[in-house]
Amino acid sequence: MSNTEQSAHKVCWSCKGPVAASALFCETCNAIQAPGQLDHFTRFGLERSFDVDVDAMEATYLKQQQKLHPDRFASKSGREQALSSQQAASLNEAFETLKNPVARAHYMLRQAGHEPEGGEGHTVNDPELLMEAMEMREALDDAKDKITIDAIIKDTRKQARACENDLGAAFDSQSFDAAKKLATRLRYLMKMTEEARAKKSRLAAA
Amino acid sequence: MALLKIHEPGETPLPHEDERQIAVGIDLGTTNSVVAISNSEKPEVLRDKSGGNAIVPSVVYYGDDTPVVGEAARDQINSDASRVVSSVKRLMGRGLEDVKSVAGTLPYHVEVPEKSETENGEPMMVRLNVGNRVLTPVEVSADILRALRARAEESLDKPVEKAVITVPAYFDDGARTATKDAAKLAGLEVLRLVNEPTAAALAYGLDNGAEGLYAVYDLGGGTFDISLLKMQKGVFQVKATGGDAALGGDDFDHAIAEHLLAERKDGGATDDLDASDAKRLLKAARTVKESLTDQDSVEVTVALNGTDTKHTVTRDQFDAMIAKLVARTAAITEQVLDDADVLPEDVKGVVLVGGSTRVPAVRKAVADLFEQEPLSDIDPDEVVALGAALQAEALTGGSDNLLLDVTPLSLGLETMGGIVEKVIDRNTPIPVTKAQEFTTYQDGQSAMMIHVVQGEREMVDQCRSLARFALTGIPSMAAGAARIRVQFNVDADGLLTVSAREETTGTEQEVAVKPTYGINESDMATMLRDSMVHAREDMEMRVLTEARVEARRNILAVNAAMNADRALLTKEDEANIKQAIANLETAAAGDNRDAINDAAEALENASRPFAEARMDSRIRQALAGQNVDEVH
Repeated sequence: MSNTEQSAHKVCWSCKGPVAASALFCETCNAIQAPGQLDHFTRFGLERSFDVDVDAMEATYLKQQQKLHPDRFASKSGREQALSSQQAASLNEAFETLKNPVARAHYMLRQAGHEPEGGEGHTVNDPELLMEAMEMREALDDAKDKITIDAIIKDTRKQARACENDLGAAFDSQSFDAAKKLATRLRYLMKMTEEARAKKSRLAAA
Repeated sequence: MALLKIHEPGETPLPHEDERQIAVGIDLGTTNSVVAISNSEKPEVLRDKSGGNAIVPSVVYYGDDTPVVGEAARDQINSDASRVVSSVKRLMGRGLEDVKSVAGTLPYHVEVPEKSETENGEPMMVRLNVGNRVLTPVEVSADILRALRARAEESLDKPVEKAVITVPAYFDDGARTATKDAAKLAGLEVLRLVNEPTAAALAYGLDNGAEGLYAVYDLGGGTFDISLLKMQKGVFQVKATGGDAALGGDDFDHAIAEHLLAERKDGGATDDLDASDAKRLLKAARTVKESLTDQDSVEVTVALNGTDTKHTVTRDQFDAMIAKLVARTAAITEQVLDDADVLPEDVKGVVLVGGSTRVPAVRKAVADLFEQEPLSDIDPDEVVALGAALQAEALTGGSDNLLLDVTPLSLGLETMGGIVEKVIDRNTPIPVTKAQEFTTYQDGQSAMMIHVVQGEREMVDQCRSLARFALTGIPSMAAGAARIRVQFNVDADGLLTVSAREETTGTEQEVAVKPTYGINESDMATMLRDSMVHAREDMEMRVLTEARVEARRNILAVNAAMNADRALLTKEDEANIKQAIANLETAAAGDNRDAINDAAEALENASRPFAEARMDSRIRQALAGQNVDEVH
């Protein structure tokens, strides 16, 4: 039935009537629907852009989770419980992906048909970045006190912020090769920040 | 003769809907358990017949008759200690390796399985030798839950079949599954497993508009837990947890006992204690500890080996004895705050849980740590059960608030060289579904082992093994050509299901595993038969209830459709549908599941022409819209 596809409607499993393909609930009988192949940005009513207001998105996420979470369906039928679990899981996936700037960049690259670096069969061969990463690691290894580590954390966070701005610009101008490189760099910077934090708490515990 | 009620379709609920569902909240603790119920958001604990104690010691005595639970079981420790089981929660979902670490601290004999895995590769659960019985921790927990259920039914004078049960935030998949299995054995449907700190926060009403970060400090008899919760827009999230599974009030008792023994030794007594002496001494130490909550000093007489000695213990002395233990909880708390990148002043409130938080030195340490007085209006022994009862009411009756839980530990798969590939990271919000693709590493490889593990370490043998299964029937292909998709699914209770499928050839191979720690479905069925005469009827009742719920939904949906698109409804269809609805209502009022299903199918057939008319109409509208667009 190609006609059905054209109208972007599907059959509601509950009242058997038409329901918009992207609807969470049937507008006629209010039954929860299966999560379709909804784009993560569309789920939150956002334009596809790297610049995301995470706080605003989190507010939307919580509002939607209020409606879709399995706790809302504890006394409903087994089928509705299963659909709610699928919807809540899809929503969680969308939020977790868009919340994290590296995951968001990778998602946008894949949507545009570009495989990000560092995944299966993709080695990182940016000598400049590898050199920089090595220097950062040495600096962290040499750091012996809280003040030095705090300085490293501050520096990597600052660089990460700048890297995110560049990523936004790269995606806006559809420069996917540049975006790919920047995403890898951001991944390194986040990892360094994390390792520096871990070292700091090890130091505090000792 | 019973009168049949006749309703206008869709206006009056079906019979059975107004039967209020009774759901209780249960804190199934290591040392003590409590059951509570909530009405109109006012939770209360359920006490024993005499209206006395709310606390049921998590102790079971396996004499010659039916198992005895609670105080009466604990009283048997002096006379028939080998048949008394306590602290069984520590063994829930535990395998061979874990038991070695705790076995020495338990009063009964733990039988370590010869093999560490079943034929299916599932880890074997430990068994307990108690008197002449061999029991799993699940069965012992089921006996405790049965006693709590009986107390609730007696107190409410109604059957109780649903419950929210609390578990520690760090409980892994095996322990959660074991808890759910125990409830099933006790004839309880688990509406939701809720983390203990979250339940405690609910009891304080922290979900009512109080946005921000909260800490829950839980010091029980044998365990310490600290959790950080975030409350935002009516949703609770567990942000971080930490603790020590072997630190609690029992250690305070030991510290006092050692102090008393040392004083006797200084006075010239030579004590060679046997097991029953040690128990009496610890009991005296416990009394000293409890008295020092309200008094500055207490006198105690120790009668051992025919020598009575008198001692005075002051609060200051006691504080000094436990200073190291309290400092340890503070260090763990600071670590958790640090991990979450939170400063003490960011925490808006601190909730106290567990009887050991009554100790003044503990309260002072918590107040110093967070630079604020902790919340302590609610009895720390009851607060978790009260929160669970509130959640049980919310799940059966609706609520504006929501609990959003996370996975406590990372979940992953074994890859080449015993390295863990994480599929779901710890602290991921649940429910969650994630898939990962793998490939074969040999030409013509026809099978692949899937080994599911839980934990934060990088090597498989440092993590907990949850399940192992083989995906077979992979068509012959060159190495690296097969695409095997392994999907992890964690539901709202934190329980995991794993499935695997080979995708390139289109042949579907799917295996779903639920880690069950040695209790497979048939064992479970046998245990159900053995333990519950009414298991079968319960099962049928559940299926019948589900059919009724489904019938009710179906009728509401068709009525909604008729109201929305009345213009598309022919007189004939309307008559047929109304007749079918009336038939379904009659069937749903009865007890015959097949009749309900048949009537439901008849309604579906009767409403099919109308449903098709609605679809056609919508498609015509859409196409008409498109034509207009094309003209432009």
